[in-house]
Amino acid sequence: MSRVFSTQMAKERAQLVPRELARQLAWTRREFIRSAAGVALGATLHPSRVLARTGIPIARRKVVVITFGGGARDQETFAPEGQENIPHLMRELIPQSAFFTQVSNRGILGHYVATASLATGVYETINNFASLPPESPTVFEYFRKELKRPASDAWVVAPSNGFNRIGESSHRSFGPGWGAHVILPKYLLSAATSGQGDYGHLLRDSYETPLYAPELSGNIFEVEQFETILKLSVADFKAHARTLSSPDELSVYIVRQLMRQFAPSLLWVTLHDIDIAHAGAYSLYIEGIRRTDRLSAELWKTIESEPEYAGKTTLFILPDFGRDSDEDAGGNGFQHHRTGDVISRTTWMMALGPGIRPGVVYDRPVDSIDLVPTLGSMMGFTASLSMGKPITEIL
Amino acid sequence: MRPEELKPEQFSGYPPEARRLALDYLETFRRLPLSFLPNLLREVIAFDFKFPVERRLLERELGNLRSLSQQDLRVWFREFTEIKLSESLEKLNWVTSPAQFVEQLSAHLWASHQMDAFRHAALGYADKLHAAVTPEPPASPRFGIAVIGQGVDVAAETLFRRLRPYGAYFSAVNPESGLQHLLEAVAARANSNPAPYAHWYIDGGEQPPHTSGVTCVSYGAMEPVRAALLGRIRAETQKRGMGPEALRTLMAQLRPVDLGMVNGGDAVLNRFQIKLLTEGSGTQIFSTSFVQWAAREALRRAQPLTLLARFAPRQRQKPMNELLSPSPEQVEMDPAGALVDADMGAYYNWINQQRLPGSEKSLFLAWFENHKEAVAISPTLPRGTFSTEPIDLRGILSWMT
Repeated sequence: MSRVFSTQMAKERAQLVPRELARQLAWTRREFIRSAAGVALGATLHPSRVLARTGIPIARRKVVVITFGGGARDQETFAPEGQENIPHLMRELIPQSAFFTQVSNRGILGHYVATASLATGVYETINNFASLPPESPTVFEYFRKELKRPASDAWVVAPSNGFNRIGESSHRSFGPGWGAHVILPKYLLSAATSGQGDYGHLLRDSYETPLYAPELSGNIFEVEQFETILKLSVADFKAHARTLSSPDELSVYIVRQLMRQFAPSLLWVTLHDIDIAHAGAYSLYIEGIRRTDRLSAELWKTIESEPEYAGKTTLFILPDFGRDSDEDAGGNGFQHHRTGDVISRTTWMMALGPGIRPGVVYDRPVDSIDLVPTLGSMMGFTASLSMGKPITEIL
Repeated sequence: MRPEELKPEQFSGYPPEARRLALDYLETFRRLPLSFLPNLLREVIAFDFKFPVERRLLERELGNLRSLSQQDLRVWFREFTEIKLSESLEKLNWVTSPAQFVEQLSAHLWASHQMDAFRHAALGYADKLHAAVTPEPPASPRFGIAVIGQGVDVAAETLFRRLRPYGAYFSAVNPESGLQHLLEAVAARANSNPAPYAHWYIDGGEQPPHTSGVTCVSYGAMEPVRAALLGRIRAETQKRGMGPEALRTLMAQLRPVDLGMVNGGDAVLNRFQIKLLTEGSGTQIFSTSFVQWAAREALRRAQPLTLLARFAPRQRQKPMNELLSPSPEQVEMDPAGALVDADMGAYYNWINQQRLPGSEKSLFLAWFENHKEAVAISPTLPRGTFSTEPIDLRGILSWMT
């Protein structure tokens, strides 16, 4: 179904309560994906039981989470007119994935706080624009403390300085030292180049907070640690950076280095190029979606080709939330995520890897905070303070 | 402070006409919930700088509120009264600074998970108001025009995909003197239905010579103001403790004179133009964002009968700090990217026009400048049709009316 604007459609939409509208969105995604990618409906299938079907012991399982960069709408992605922007997801990843069509974010629609909510399994209420840690324990802390994993086993690669506290909460049950290392590639590049050289295209700032860069603190990876930890010289990093075209490409480059050096069991990468939409330039928003689509597929190829990851890694891809619909007069379409309308709150998630039944679409409602307890069930820890529920279809 | 404690002297800082209006409706304000009233006062305090249509709508809204019985008010505002506010919000000076209150209310609603409830309350209020205060029909059918693609030789992607289902697509338009024909059509409409702010021309570059009866806004003409604003942003962001919310508050308080606009002239239009830059996102750096947002705000606020929006190339994307600190060197342009932006912008202009009263008779024309493609939407033209017959823009205009 084409989702172009019409007065009639707007009226029909206005008559739907949010839950009905979310269900309609999910149905549209499901029908589109079923017809375009030829996948099955999963409502009648039994849970897949990862351990039983793969034989991979919990201790050896790995998880990579990609947040699909800054919110993209269906009409630019999972709708007939949007599929040209996501050829890699459509042709390569969806046929291998369990796809959830109705993932709701009921929290604050700011990128930092929403990502913090995804990482804690609790709708965080921290100031989106302040340099604050999440208040509830993060998935990294549950994972490391309960499973007694070293610091090198959990990493976050995040797009902008505002995410520097995402790896570790302020919750007193955990305290400092149990979180994930956070790498901010733009910060590193900026520090490594001292603002010199032709790297401007990789240092694009968040357009949600274009004029604000919080002071850094927390468990951040410093530039001096390049050579000692990542085994990467600053000169090599700078030279490679010159070949890249966007901040998210820089992030993916760092992710690959991490995978080769540490093979962390829990790796979280937040892509963000799409958020250029805040500047109101539709062409740049579309470019961001296409790049994020390509980078997501490249990361999956890396997972499949790295011996430490191949065959034992589950990849989750999900947006933190959507963007405003064209039909809501309170917003300005794709540009922002300010109205809190259903379209900006209802997104999708795909999971792929061993034990995940491929090519199946699930359209029951799932909450974005369900991710953390799902990871807990998958990896063998208890997300005791999470408010979400494990997604049984992929366990 | 609670609304029932309002006193006349608290409005002494309001501009003259806004103060008169506020004092006239003081009793009404005292009966409204705090979760609602500052939103209304945010409109009242700006009354002196509102367009004629906005003034009439606000006065009719206030008149309607005054006419409601106590029982009616309970029904109209039940959901607003259920919104729980924080003590710190209640202590704010929401009479003098309603916009700051609304900004902090928004943060509070998100943090306390009441945004959905507030949104539902606001939509319910808008529906009731719409039913009680019948919208004013336009004096003649509205006409929106979008001119896109300046400086582009060949469009890389199909144009007008979103608009075509609603009108007739023309693929053999004679582009000669096309812009001139459109400007003449705007001028003719301004002559036949003269009214303040009823006919607009918005340009992403320089604006053409002044046309009598047409309100003109352009990205080029705003360059000194944009430079002053960007300079101000740079200075403020270097101050310790400055965050995005504080910066937004500061920008919202800027007046035309603060950014070098001379006193006198059209105070309403000057204020409108400043707001495009201080409240818009991307309008300071991308001409395409400026034109789209200017058209949206002109339609929403002034409800014009005619609006011609001409998009121009925008500068190529660079890091934000470079965009905010333009160097004197030649700015690199991205006309192909601007065409994609403008194609979407044209669609948004049409959507925003369709939100206004009289939409069933409205006309809309989008043209790929200096090229052969156009799409025309009109009650006289069949939807989703395609014409390969040679025609010029005058011909299309005559078919539309």
